[in-house]
Amino acid sequence: MDEEEKPVRRLSSIVLIIIVVVLALSASALYQAIDLYLKQDVASGYYLLIGFLGLAFSIYMLLQTRRRMRRFALKTTPVTTTITCQKCDFKNLREFERGDFILKEAGSCTKCDGTMLISAIYRELKEKVKEERF
Amino acid sequence: MDPSQILGAQFGGEGPLGWIFQVIFTLLFIVMIFYGQRIQMYVMIREIQGSLIRLRFIRDKGVKTAIDTIKEIGKPETDPTERVYQFLEYVTILPQSMDPAGIVWKLEHILDIREDRFKDEVRLMAPSADETNVNNLENTLEAAAALNIIYKVIRHFYILGKKTLSLYIIMQIQMLLPLIMREAEAYSSALKAFSYGQPIGDGAGPLVAAKLMHGRRKKKIEKDCVVAKVPLEGRTTYVIKAEGPGGNVGKPGEAIKRVIEETDGKVATIIMIDAALKLEGEKPGEVAEGVGAAIGGPGTEQYKIEESILKYKIPIHAVIIKEDIGDAVSPMRKEIFDAAEVAIDRVKRLIREKTKEGDVVIIAGIGNSIGVGQ
Ligand SMILES: [Zn+2]
Repeated sequence: MDEEEKPVRRLSSIVLIIIVVVLALSASALYQAIDLYLKQDVASGYYLLIGFLGLAFSIYMLLQTRRRMRRFALKTTPVTTTITCQKCDFKNLREFERGDFILKEAGSCTKCDGTMLISAIYRELKEKVKEERF
Repeated sequence: MDPSQILGAQFGGEGPLGWIFQVIFTLLFIVMIFYGQRIQMYVMIREIQGSLIRLRFIRDKGVKTAIDTIKEIGKPETDPTERVYQFLEYVTILPQSMDPAGIVWKLEHILDIREDRFKDEVRLMAPSADETNVNNLENTLEAAAALNIIYKVIRHFYILGKKTLSLYIIMQIQMLLPLIMREAEAYSSALKAFSYGQPIGDGAGPLVAAKLMHGRRKKKIEKDCVVAKVPLEGRTTYVIKAEGPGGNVGKPGEAIKRVIEETDGKVATIIMIDAALKLEGEKPGEVAEGVGAAIGGPGTEQYKIEESILKYKIPIHAVIIKEDIGDAVSPMRKEIFDAAEVAIDRVKRLIREKTKEGDVVIIAGIGNSIGVGQ
């Protein structure tokens, strides 16, 4: 029941060009920054700032397109069927199968001769327990 | 000092690189002044485009699931694909409401025809399916049709927005997108649950009724409902639910009306159990009480119930199990399943407090009984 879809990775050419240009500019700005720093020029700080900003921007853009792609997979949680013996309360848990329904008779018990009954079908969410403030 | 040096120095640097940055910043400034809103609009359009791609993915996946299920269960001789795509385009034209008197019956009639038509269609597509599976397949296809409509409406506004470049059109769709996407995801998981025949969150009402009536003699009652006479807390109760385990909601309004008439209106109280939408922040599976006919849908059943209780002045109580829209149509969460027991305790307490021993009480579990037997 897993649906991991691997969609084609698409980047529009304009976005790619912008990213490349910004990368090139920030690289040269960083180079300039080092150059000026060696010359002990205060302006090196500005270039450093611009270089890193450009770098951050292009990395962000790249990550943004990746994240959009990753959202594509549909997540599914397993559904459990609980079968209980009417006589001795023996419980059997298994994955849901087509044809199961709540209160369906499901053969006889393996421990005694009582009839088994599907007593529950549910999905359990393993949610990150985050303490909500409200 | 030549001008390039001055400009360069202004930025703190020197040489051609300082120049380049200067030009870039100036250009950016001018572009933002004149084209800021337009750029924002393109960003919005791209966002809608992204969602649209995802919506199409969800819809295609859903339709594929539906077709596969039909092939697996129905064993059709011909490929059902084309018929399924025709089914997705079905429209229901609602009755004219200029003169609203009697519209409930007109609406009910149209909805009856719709359901019959859908079921016939499913029987043709899946000849080997039994009644339970016909119901489940019908629900599956309806979910696929809903996904199709959502996709097409968003696509309509996307194309319209691109054509007109009207900020109004683009913005309203972009602002509603998060909610629309949630709805689409909900329908998508509903479709999966329907195709497997798994109980869904909306089945909380029928689950409570099923637990109460289990082991008793059941009688079929109009329409697609079952009723069982169950002694509870020294009272005689008539427990009603939609017939399971196929996916259907039945006509509980009709059933309640029938039971009231059969007992000549000597009903002490009616208790309805239904799943209700929770507000964000409320816990799923919370049980609450109230008064009134707890039933959703197009409103025809609620109308019928209210008509018949008014005739005999029967008090009506509601027990609701809270869940959000996603939970209501996805496979039932454990919290909601567990809430059924809590709801039963509340029903028993209500009966003890609101009626005397020997009274007749109607208990109706409202909702889709898919995956819930009796
Ligand atoms: Zn046993």
